[in-house]
Amino acid sequence: MSPDVRTPVAAAPPGAVAEADAPARRRPRGVRAPKITATRVLLIVLWLGSWELSASTFLDPFYYSKPSAIGGRIVDWFTSGTAFGSIWEQMAVTLEEAVAGFVIGSLAGVVLGVLLGRGRFLAEVCAPFIKAANAIPRIVLASLFVIWFGLGMQSKVATAVVLVFFAVFFNAFQGAREVDKTLIDNARILGAGPRQILTTIVLPSATSWILASLHVAFGFALIGAIVGEYTGADKGLGLLINHAQGTFDSAGIYAGMIIITVMALLAEWLLTLLERRLLAWRPPSIATEARI
Amino acid sequence: MTSPGPSAAAGSQAVSSAPASLAAGRPAADGHAIELRGVTKRFPTRDGRDYTAARDMTLTVGRGEFVSVVGPTGCGKSTSLSMISGLAAASDGDVLVEGRPVTGIPDGLGYMFQQDAVLPWRSVLDNVAAGPRYRGAGKKEAREKAKEWVAKVGLAGFERYYPHQLSGGMRKRVALAQTLINEPSILLMDEPFSALDVQTREHMQDLLLDLWSGTGAAVVFVTHDLTEAIALADTVVVMTAAPATTKNVIPVDLERPRRVEEIRLEESFLAVYREVWNSLRQEVEITRARGAGNVA
Repeated sequence: MSPDVRTPVAAAPPGAVAEADAPARRRPRGVRAPKITATRVLLIVLWLGSWELSASTFLDPFYYSKPSAIGGRIVDWFTSGTAFGSIWEQMAVTLEEAVAGFVIGSLAGVVLGVLLGRGRFLAEVCAPFIKAANAIPRIVLASLFVIWFGLGMQSKVATAVVLVFFAVFFNAFQGAREVDKTLIDNARILGAGPRQILTTIVLPSATSWILASLHVAFGFALIGAIVGEYTGADKGLGLLINHAQGTFDSAGIYAGMIIITVMALLAEWLLTLLERRLLAWRPPSIATEARI
Repeated sequence: MTSPGPSAAAGSQAVSSAPASLAAGRPAADGHAIELRGVTKRFPTRDGRDYTAARDMTLTVGRGEFVSVVGPTGCGKSTSLSMISGLAAASDGDVLVEGRPVTGIPDGLGYMFQQDAVLPWRSVLDNVAAGPRYRGAGKKEAREKAKEWVAKVGLAGFERYYPHQLSGGMRKRVALAQTLINEPSILLMDEPFSALDVQTREHMQDLLLDLWSGTGAAVVFVTHDLTEAIALADTVVVMTAAPATTKNVIPVDLERPRRVEEIRLEESFLAVYREVWNSLRQEVEITRARGAGNVA
């Protein structure tokens, strides 16, 4: 097959081995690809160039900063460290909080979502509470969590969890509810019990819904961690940004934003890899290539 | 969820009518694989009134008998299958499988649905292995058995393919293997080949007859296609327009083994076809008239 083959049937049920013409996800990468990349690079150069130029002439870099200053700040952080110690340490703390919040929040979201999605009675009972909880401006809870859990990691993880939970929950709920009834009937006839139906039909069927939500959810986890740190912390990227704000250091704010963005993109990439593995059974046409 | 009425009577009947050869080694039963007696099925509708899908339906399928059920569109043929399978309960009357009233999914029952029911996230092999796995077989054992069945339905070499990589006909073969691997003694088929083109359908019909012959399984085959109904079956049951009741039971005295594409040209086949069509035509006209009434 073409060298573009990306996924060796990794998602096949255990034991199935990839073979030459096994399903593979192919990116439609025609002659247009270099042109697209070139245009993208051009756009970035134009944007940064005009920013740099205007900040050097008529814009006040004290408010708006400029690309060269932001770049210098990032280099500075990575070479000589930040006001609170090594940049790597700040990144590690934020990442740890985000990942912990992401894992706990998505697990809780999947479990509760599938439970309510399959149990009509429970869903009816819980519906108003969930709607109400979803309507709470949850980001404000970050302040409450600082009071409850202190300045340490727990309060940030808690903020990330509440943000992640709802993103995943609603998708898992919908996914569990939309399971094709024929598949369930067929499994019952073939001899499946309730537990087997859950593990072999409902969960795989809801997986594409759940995975779709995980992309958004990791973004939320990072936001939760940062906002938590911003609200009160002794470490982390949110603290750096908060400090930069306190010292009117706009370049520092931008630099923090860029580092967070890169972390989010890396996580996104990992999640996409996971998704490809888990959803290798899907026809390529409905694959998630065109996601923005 | 109840089947009120003389379910106890089923036992008392048992002794009388069972042909000795078939009943040997079986639990006391009345000699029929499937029996519907005065079965009615009502569904609640949105406007609060009940819709009667089947009324006072009677159907008897002997062991090893292949019965085709034909009837006008939307007459409740599928409903009868779901009641036999235990997926839906009858509102009234008795549904018996192997002489016992149906309360859950009866043992040894296979059901091939009209829609695609193969699992899209499993390879062909693991789809076919699903039944044995659900019934407690080890992974290796189930896979080995599945491999045999994949070959039996003519898909050897496609074990690792996912359903979306197969044609509609191949997916039906997977579904057929998935159903037959459990070696059902009762096989329900709900227009399983209706979505296929004519050539593929005839292949599948021949394949079904090949795999079925000698298994002794009782088959209820619901279809719109009279040629298919007659070519496959020992008996054709004609249903009335909705609510469905049994209108006619027409025996098909054609020799087996049969090849579908040949048998349909024979004079005796055409005679049965005429008889079935004459019986069905009236019901189709009633259904059409109703449809026109709904449109107007």
